[in-house]
Amino acid sequence: MLTKQQIALRIAKEVKNGQYINLGIGIPTLVANYIPDDLEIVLQSENGLLGIGPFPTEEQIDPDLINAGKQTITMVKGSVLFNSAESFAMIRGGHVHLTILGAMEVSENGDIANWKIPGKMVKGMGGAMDLVASAENIIVAMQHCSKSGESKLLKSCSLPITGIRCVKKIVTDLAVLEVDPEGGFILKERAPGVSVEEIKSKTEGKLILNGEIPEMEF
Amino acid sequence: MINKTVKDANEAVRDIPSGAFLMMGGFGLSGIPENCIAALLQRDIRDLTIVSNNAGVDDFGIGLLLQKRMVKKMISSYVGENAEFERQLLSGELEVDLIPQGTLAERVRAGGAGIPAFFTPAGVGTEVAEGKEIREFDGKLYLMERWLRSEFSLIKAWKGDTAGNLIFKGTARNFNPMMAAAGKITIAEVEELVPAGELDPNQIHTPGIYVQRIFEGKNYEKRIEQRTVRS
Repeated sequence: MLTKQQIALRIAKEVKNGQYINLGIGIPTLVANYIPDDLEIVLQSENGLLGIGPFPTEEQIDPDLINAGKQTITMVKGSVLFNSAESFAMIRGGHVHLTILGAMEVSENGDIANWKIPGKMVKGMGGAMDLVASAENIIVAMQHCSKSGESKLLKSCSLPITGIRCVKKIVTDLAVLEVDPEGGFILKERAPGVSVEEIKSKTEGKLILNGEIPEMEF
Repeated sequence: MINKTVKDANEAVRDIPSGAFLMMGGFGLSGIPENCIAALLQRDIRDLTIVSNNAGVDDFGIGLLLQKRMVKKMISSYVGENAEFERQLLSGELEVDLIPQGTLAERVRAGGAGIPAFFTPAGVGTEVAEGKEIREFDGKLYLMERWLRSEFSLIKAWKGDTAGNLIFKGTARNFNPMMAAAGKITIAEVEELVPAGELDPNQIHTPGIYVQRIFEGKNYEKRIEQRTVRS
């Protein structure tokens, strides 16, 4: 089973040179730590920045410079600031190449639920619905099962959904899977030491197996 | 040049009535109109509707207005980090419209730009789409969203001049420029107010045409929600 850091490390391998990328809160934020130095990429913060840099030192802290998780940040060289309408224009307009976000559930046709648990958590969707409706490539980072052991890869989402038919790839603590446009999770890679049988038993939605499934490499 | 200057926050918000429809700039606690919120707290008004991306935290920002039960309805995209908000929401004292953040930004932009409605892909197939017109354009589904316009927009900029021209700093810009344009009366509070002519016209983010009142704010706390430093 992968740790959160290992999930982030595996997702970082999906990043390509020249991409503009939006990272969600949680595991996705960790991905930034593992992107190889030789790749030139730009991180977008939907509150109005292209070019998120590392967290600040005590001396660099600026309350007027935060990311979408409201954490203090810095800017890299060549950054640009803009307003929220411009920020979502670049998101909806398809200019952000890759969106990485967390999820509570993903269905076998690529629907994602990650914003609301009726009666329990009603905090709002923030920018998630705009992001999933528009990004050309969406990768989900999440645990394969909930804390109570229920599969989060489902036939259809039970929670209110955030977007339909949008998830392309999922990296969990057990596996890398792709969503088949015809419906189903195509198992691409196993976490080291995790069997196909275990992944199968923990995936409620349709699991598609094509030949030998390799272990992930880092 | 038209002089938009008012003395202070109290004068700026003096005529905001109970039941007013307001917009307030800010993302989290960055770029919020701290001085105007403090002045509103001194007023005996209630039943406000507030368009703001977030609802502050329990003891700062819009959270202070919630504590005094001055708010009837919030129109926001994300309202976590606020226990009093959650309590009022679950008990039915407070109404809330949750809107995708990009849709919220565009609805406000459209309000200021005179566009009564537009189509967006955000929310198609979700509960956000319930009751809304859905149309297909070039093989993809979109839903119709309406503009938002306010009676009063309370916004915060870094620098401003007496003509109402504004410059923002960092990510404190966020919703402020669109809310300035979408307000019937827009009140801008700035950290530094200079005479018209002293700002470089090339560097101005929000033209003064959108601003009706401007003043230099005092004692900015600029509270940080998530103080995160490099380890």
